[in-house]
Amino acid sequence: MNTTWSRFNITSIVLGFAFLYLPIVLLIVFSFNESKLVTVWGGFSTKWYVSLFHNQGLMDATWVTARVGVISATVATVLGTLAALTLTRYTRFKGRMLFSGMVFAPLVMPEVITGLSLLLLFVAVGLDRGFLTVTLAHITFTMCFVAVVVQSRLISFDRSLEEAAMDLGAPPVKTFFQITLPVIMPAIISGWMLAFTLSLDDLVIASFTSGPGATTLPMKIYSQVRLGVTPEINAACTILIAVVAVGVIVASLANKRREVQRQRDERAAQRG
Amino acid sequence: MSNAAVTTATSSRATDAGKSALARLGAAFVGRLVIIIPYLWLLFFFLIPFVIVFKISLSQTAIAMPPYTPALDFRDGISGFFAQLRQLSVDNYTWLTQDALYFNAYVTSLIIAAISTVLTLLVGYPIAYGMARAPATIRPTLLMLVILPFWTSFLIRVYAWIGILKPEGLLNQMLLATGIISQPLIILNTYTAIFIGIVYSYLPFMVLPLYSSLEKMDYSLIEAAKDLGCPPTSAFWKITFPLSLPGVIAGCLLVFIPAVGEFVIPDLLGGSQTLMIGKTLWNEFFANRDWPVSSAVAVILLLLLTVPIMLFQQAQARAQEQDK
Repeated sequence: MNTTWSRFNITSIVLGFAFLYLPIVLLIVFSFNESKLVTVWGGFSTKWYVSLFHNQGLMDATWVTARVGVISATVATVLGTLAALTLTRYTRFKGRMLFSGMVFAPLVMPEVITGLSLLLLFVAVGLDRGFLTVTLAHITFTMCFVAVVVQSRLISFDRSLEEAAMDLGAPPVKTFFQITLPVIMPAIISGWMLAFTLSLDDLVIASFTSGPGATTLPMKIYSQVRLGVTPEINAACTILIAVVAVGVIVASLANKRREVQRQRDERAAQRG
Repeated sequence: MSNAAVTTATSSRATDAGKSALARLGAAFVGRLVIIIPYLWLLFFFLIPFVIVFKISLSQTAIAMPPYTPALDFRDGISGFFAQLRQLSVDNYTWLTQDALYFNAYVTSLIIAAISTVLTLLVGYPIAYGMARAPATIRPTLLMLVILPFWTSFLIRVYAWIGILKPEGLLNQMLLATGIISQPLIILNTYTAIFIGIVYSYLPFMVLPLYSSLEKMDYSLIEAAKDLGCPPTSAFWKITFPLSLPGVIAGCLLVFIPAVGEFVIPDLLGGSQTLMIGKTLWNEFFANRDWPVSSAVAVILLLLLTVPIMLFQQAQARAQEQDK
């Protein structure tokens, strides 16, 4: 390979990653700032983390967000997996165009439109805004992301495995649970995590669909950010980043281990 | 699959044909459910809401809860329904065309989104290219490093830039300290800050599709071009770029469409002086409590985005076909 090209490549990668990570690193560094001024370093301190845990409003919002996230991600994963199966396995049925449209459109739909339309639906059917409506809204927009993640795995799936099972007499439903599901499991898990973080992250749709008593963490952070940048918010953000980063790294390590195990099994199977 | 399961399955086939016919019927039913459940969900929570938005965009503002009239419902019977239908009007749309604010907001949003998309492409392409040409062993790590910021909160990432771009922020401190500038730059609360915010937040959306199309590329084509005396730049424009075009299109649409309706970035980084349609809709709804007008704003925004969204769906469908 040409050396000048690879030097150019390395430079662009380093600069690109610096651009992606520097703001986050600075945010984390300044959450340990002694000074109340976020941009002037006044010495190391963890006092903002302590005050964070005494901020009842923030803690309540965290609890709401966690519950919404877990429930909506779980339902969205089931629905999204079904949608992915529909898209890859049922190529001919009435209204398939509409269906794939409804799966792909929410991926790029501006959040203000999704939020407003869902709110108007909830008002029209007389559902009080609160925990339930935020959860329903989050299920709706995150299930499409799950569908795309699972779908990409289903496309590369070797269907002869299923055919073999069915030739051996396994009924389709059983085949699904014993063959298909274990194979697409990594995609389902990453779909769940994606749905969870999207829910954790969402400000706009939650603002439209939430009501009193169901303030989520992003809504809380947003209302405080509008009043100005504070180290306490930096601390809250750092914790959120840490939780997500640890989750993603653990999941990908587990995934890698499973992959290595699978390769070892395959080699063993070939030898045996 | 365990041996036991296979054995039981085989024996059930051998012994009970009627049962397996029943199982097949059951499977067909389950197959239907696989389609029906997500279908109904999306119909009810995605499609019908748009119909409601459209309906309310034709209503009048009212001081009530819900704050619009007529609130079309079937409780008054068919005649009542038609009476209500006659009250619908296009006043909100007329209002939108008469007030220059909305027109400017739409145009500015489209322009900002277009410029940011081009900037994101310019920043993202070298990164994706570098990743695709990196040694195969470190590629998964690089890929994860691109995805990781995407997992951290959008709001937090935008918020982080406030501390950097402020007049007394870190960027100005650094530039002043090194003597590059003598006056702090005013970046926060300008369109420049919005561009930075969009490029930063949407960069992974651009890099990932670019990377996946660049990674599939056969680099011996470049070698061949070089052997035949083609200079690297024209080899790039004649071979690499055209081959990466599906990724370019997918990436640009993934950035452009949500950026047009973006709210968080113009609100936090753009300040009160900048105008974007997502912010206008938000203010119309939350500050003015004018649901019919914000619905009309949403309907027009959706119409503006119909073509890009359909292009996106086509690109998705094509990519899916290719993967098969």
